[in-house]
Amino acid sequence: MTLTPTAIAGRRALVAQLWDENPIFRQVLGICSALAVTNLVFNTLLMCAGLIWATALSSATFSLLRNYIPARVRMIIQVLIIAVYVIMVDIAIRAYYPDIYQMIGPYVGLIITNCIVMGRLEAFASKNRVWPSALDGLGSGLGYSFILLSVACVREYLGFGALAGYKVPDPGQLTQYLASAGAWVVNLFGHVEAPQVAGWWKAWTLMIMPPGAFFVLAVAVWIARTYALRREAAAQPKKGGAS
Amino acid sequence: MIAQTAGAEGTSLGYLMLILLSATFTDNILLTRFLGMCSFLSISQQLKSAVGLGVAVVFVTTITGALNAALYKYAIVPANEHFGVPLGLQFIVFIVVIAGVVQLLEMLIERVSLSLYYALGIFLPLITVNCAILGACLFLVNLGFHRNLLEATMFSFGSGFGWMLAIVAMAGIRSKLKNQYIPLGLQGPGITLIITGIIALAFIGFSGMVQLAK
Repeated sequence: MTLTPTAIAGRRALVAQLWDENPIFRQVLGICSALAVTNLVFNTLLMCAGLIWATALSSATFSLLRNYIPARVRMIIQVLIIAVYVIMVDIAIRAYYPDIYQMIGPYVGLIITNCIVMGRLEAFASKNRVWPSALDGLGSGLGYSFILLSVACVREYLGFGALAGYKVPDPGQLTQYLASAGAWVVNLFGHVEAPQVAGWWKAWTLMIMPPGAFFVLAVAVWIARTYALRREAAAQPKKGGAS
Repeated sequence: MIAQTAGAEGTSLGYLMLILLSATFTDNILLTRFLGMCSFLSISQQLKSAVGLGVAVVFVTTITGALNAALYKYAIVPANEHFGVPLGLQFIVFIVVIAGVVQLLEMLIERVSLSLYYALGIFLPLITVNCAILGACLFLVNLGFHRNLLEATMFSFGSGFGWMLAIVAMAGIRSKLKNQYIPLGLQGPGITLIITGIIALAFIGFSGMVQLAK
C-alpha cells in the first residue's frame, strides 16, 4: 500500500499525540476535567467521547477554513467552532443520559476552554491540511482519554470496588482467593482450613473525593515523567559520544 | 448545618455571607471542582505573580458572573421558553461576554492606572481561557443562583476569591520548596499536584459547615 505524503503526516501526528506529546503528561494541559469526572469510569467514557468528537471535528473544520480567517480574529473563530461541536455533545448527553448530565454537565461545557482543543487548533490545524489535522485532533483526544480512563479505573476500583458500575473482586477478595487456592494445594497432602482474610480491605473513600484525584494524577505523571527522562538519558550519551 | 433554598424572592445579608463562605471554602472552585488548574500549575511559582493573577481573576469572575447571570435570566431562559432556542446557547454567550469583559477591562485599566496595568496586564489575556471563569458562570447557573442577581454576584466573587486564596497559598509553599530535594520525575507539576491534594484534604474539613440547597 502506498501512502500519500498527507496520509503519512496524518499518521505521524496521530501517533505523536498518543504518547510522545501526550497532552496530559508532557504538557500538563487540560487537566481540570481530567480530575473532575474521573471518579466513575462511565462518566469518564462519556466525557472522553465528547472531547474526541470536539477535537477531531473542530481541528478539521478550522483547517478547512484556515486560509479564509484573518489572523486577528482567529481566536474568537476558534472558540466559536469548538463551541458548536460542544453544544452538540451537550444536547446529546442531556437527551440520552439526563442523570449523568446532572453530575458532569458543567464540565461538558468546559471542553470549550480546554487548553488541549485550542492548543491543537493553534499549533497544528492552522498550518496543516484537513486530513492530518483531523488525525492530530483525534490523536490528542485519544491520548487524553487513555490517561483519563486509567485514572478513572484506579479511582473507581479503589473507591467503590467496581469498574464502570460493575462489581469486581476488591483486593480483600483477591487475597481471599489466593488464600483459598493455597489451602486447596495444601489439602492435596493434608488437611487445613482456608483462612478468612477478605475483611482487611475497606473501600478507600478518599479516592472518590477530590484529594484522591490529585494524588492519583500526581503518581501517574510521576511514573510517565520518570520513564520519559530515563529514555532521554539513554538517548543522550550516544549523541555526546559522536561529537 | 444551615440549609436554605437558593433564589428566594428576597435575600438577607446573612444568606449572602453564607453563599460567600460556601463558594470560597466548602465548594472551593479549584480544590473541589478542579477548575483553573492549568494557570494554577504554571503561574504559582512566584508569590508576586500569583497575587497579581489572583486579583485579576477575582475582578473578572465577579463582573462576568453578574453579567452572565443577568443575561441567562433575562435572555437565554425566555428565548428557550418562548422560541425553543437550546439552552446550549449559554456556552457561546458566556464565552463572548468573558472575552469582551477582559478586553474592556484591559483598556480601562490602561487608561486609569498604568502601574496597575503593568502589574495585571500580562495576566488579563490569559484569563480568557482560564476555565475557572467559565466554570464559575456554569456552576452559578447549574446551582440556580442566577434567579437573584445579588446572590449571583456574591457567588462569583466567592468563587474568584477562593481561587485566589488557593493559588496564593500554593505560591507560598512552592517558594519554600525551591531548595528542597525532589525526585526528578516529580519536579514541577507532579509535586504541585501532590501539595494541592494535601491542601484539598485540609479543605475537606470545611465540608458540611455550610450547605446550600439547590
